[in-house]
Amino acid sequence: MSPAPNWLKPVPGGLWCEPGGFFVDPTRAVDRAVITHGHADHARAGHGHVLATAQTLAIMEDRYGERAGDNRQAARYGEAVRIGDVTVTLRPAGHVLGSAQAVLEHKGERIVVSGDYKRRRDPTCPAFEPVNCDLFITEATFALPVFRHPDDREEIARLLHTRTVFPERALLVGAYTLGKAQRILCLLREAGYDRPIYTHGSLDAINATYRRFGIDFGDLRPVLETDKADMAGEIVIAPPSTLADRWSRRLPDPVPCFASGWMRVRARARQRAVEVPLVISDHADWDELNRTLDDVGAPHVWVTHGAEEALIHAAMQRGFDARALRLQGYEDDAE
Amino acid sequence: MKAFAELLDALSFQPGRNGKLALLTTYLAETPDPDRGWALAALTGELSLRQAKPALVRGLVMERVDETLFALSYEYVGDLAETVALIWPERPGANRVPSVAEVIEQAETTGKSALPALLAGWFDAMTATQRWATIKLMTGALRVGVSARLAKTALAQWAGREADEIEEVWHAVAAPYSDLFAWLEGKGERPDPAHSAAFRPVMLAHALDEDDLERLDPADFRAEWKWDGIRVQVVGESGRLRLYSRTGEEIGAAFPDLLDGPAIEATLDGELLVVREGLVAPFADLQKRLNRKTVTAKLAGSHPAHIRLYDLLVEGGQDLRALPFDTRRGRLEAWHAAHGHPRMDLSPMVPFESWEELAAIRAGATGEAVEGVMLKRGDSAYVPGRPKGPWFKWKFDPHLVDAVLMYAQRGHGKRSSFFSDYTFGVWRDEELVPVGKAYFGFTDEELKQLDAWVRKHAVERFGPVTAVERKLVLEVAFEGLQRSPRHKSGIAMRFPRISRIRWDKPAIEADRIAALEDLLEG
Repeated sequence: MSPAPNWLKPVPGGLWCEPGGFFVDPTRAVDRAVITHGHADHARAGHGHVLATAQTLAIMEDRYGERAGDNRQAARYGEAVRIGDVTVTLRPAGHVLGSAQAVLEHKGERIVVSGDYKRRRDPTCPAFEPVNCDLFITEATFALPVFRHPDDREEIARLLHTRTVFPERALLVGAYTLGKAQRILCLLREAGYDRPIYTHGSLDAINATYRRFGIDFGDLRPVLETDKADMAGEIVIAPPSTLADRWSRRLPDPVPCFASGWMRVRARARQRAVEVPLVISDHADWDELNRTLDDVGAPHVWVTHGAEEALIHAAMQRGFDARALRLQGYEDDAE
Repeated sequence: MKAFAELLDALSFQPGRNGKLALLTTYLAETPDPDRGWALAALTGELSLRQAKPALVRGLVMERVDETLFALSYEYVGDLAETVALIWPERPGANRVPSVAEVIEQAETTGKSALPALLAGWFDAMTATQRWATIKLMTGALRVGVSARLAKTALAQWAGREADEIEEVWHAVAAPYSDLFAWLEGKGERPDPAHSAAFRPVMLAHALDEDDLERLDPADFRAEWKWDGIRVQVVGESGRLRLYSRTGEEIGAAFPDLLDGPAIEATLDGELLVVREGLVAPFADLQKRLNRKTVTAKLAGSHPAHIRLYDLLVEGGQDLRALPFDTRRGRLEAWHAAHGHPRMDLSPMVPFESWEELAAIRAGATGEAVEGVMLKRGDSAYVPGRPKGPWFKWKFDPHLVDAVLMYAQRGHGKRSSFFSDYTFGVWRDEELVPVGKAYFGFTDEELKQLDAWVRKHAVERFGPVTAVERKLVLEVAFEGLQRSPRHKSGIAMRFPRISRIRWDKPAIEADRIAALEDLLEG
């Protein structure tokens, strides 16, 4: 086995690429950054120069305004961009709108920083493209064999069945504001649900960005303008924090639902007093993580944020040189 | 198994009774026979498969999964059945997902040696939730918060009938209840409960409002003690003898000491107690005998069960329920004299002339194994349910204590955005010791006020529990005290509820632990 490429290093602040003079998803403001996707722990404010997809830049501009980066450079998926001595290409990661893997090439070696990714179909973004490489840096959010996400259509069917059980209650679906919420909206429409869907105000800006990039959600309405009694039987999409918040009191006896990969484990759902746990995740599950290692064929694998131990154990058994990459500043838990 | 697994899954996350009823009625309406019948049998505890031990399931999964990965997963999930259900490597298309009927039928007919292969074949084809539900079914512990009574109530609600109508015929039908469903859907005859030692729904009393006494004539009423046990019904019919709880659940298997006596041809209403040498033991002793499937000889010996008889509903096949109470009481006394059972005695009548006299007798009885006095009209027929007028319970006034709110926790369901569970304590020297937890007794308006108070005065969080400033005094009503080594204060309350919020009272003036300890001594 050839030694692992030595020109990308974990340092305080993130992954530092010396010959390119840039960081990937730095956790503090830096001079030059390549950003894989728009979630706040990967896309931070205040960088000098930012390279990302147009969608990710738009999400950062929504959130940070002027502080989204002094010099923002959009790259199309597959477009090669030279930074210093390194060629950077963004490839779809299938995680959320605009999410990308950063493919870095230098002196005939190739490193792929996957960012967060999944292998399932997602109506809001193109599918993950495996890229052959020498070193693959993978996430491990759901890297235990108990995490096998079910078919998302079955989960949506269960949500819709709940409407028939509790016609007099509103269904309050907690979903992360960027990505999960929009995916649920699209899945509901694909399942033939054509009633208006009610949304929390904190989704408005991101929904507008998704629309600008051609994602259609049908008839969405703000909760605020509707009478409590008229909300019986309606579906409301809101940030997870609203499930146990006073905000939910404006809904008629809401059924707390939560869309997250963590809902696979009953204790997690019970902890949050969720009545309808929906196992819908934007991260790769155990089988997807392992299949991806095979697909990219990298002899060296670095595992970051999540259950590293189990994935490293499984990868080593299959002959990969796998090790944990302990990076600070990423949320293992947020989904 | 698909619909049944989804039902169990949804029930396990559903905190509210009405929510559970809605899930159950929807399931009964949407599911065909015989699956819904088998599901009903499972939920009412009428099935006892207990075929698969957890160790068997664990063994099966270890043949398929890496040991280290299983250990890491089990450590994370914390529950063995759930870990197995989640980690099982699926083989879609390898098999067909069985129906509930198939699972039960094959589990009953498959021998021990062939069982692992049968389970593995099912698991290959199932989803994680279906495997979880199958393990629950096979190991005989559903634990989804549904009592037999609640399942029958759902069946009644779905069919537009009263739960007592279901109870009347319940012991004449058997899983998967096709005749019961046919009757409820208007397609068949009512199942005949005769000769099956069936449960007769019990008659209950309203709480007495003392102002009512003025318009009640003492001459119309008979009084007896309200014993502090649990209400039961003994039914002997055609050589069968059954013991039911007041909701119609059969509990006889845990009380062989009661049922092993002489044959009985009668239906008797009474109170289940633990009695030693003629003295009724505290409720805590009876609790040791409750909620068990069986009982050891040792426990039956140290905590002997006993029934104190209140009423006679059926004697020698003759239904006495329409007769006046006085007539039934006469028949009960005669029956007891003729067929005296060693573990049964009569609940004595308490003679009185005036309400004042009865009030004095009642006041003198505090502290004995009684909860108060029962008043029954001499002419009252035995009517199922809680009719207004013929029977009253005149319970002792609850004990009150002024305690300080210490911790609050969010509720469930409708209350999940409210801090609605309150832990309160009383003073021991300079510190507060928690003595109980209450989550009702207040009005919706008071709940809002308490919730707002908790948010404003929160000082620390321990997971779901929020500690608050020790400032607010709650008047807590409760029925009694027991010693409890599990509580830091050494005391556990029965039936505590918030009776008043003492916004006016400074915390330092709340009660001291000595006040409660005195009550224990007395």
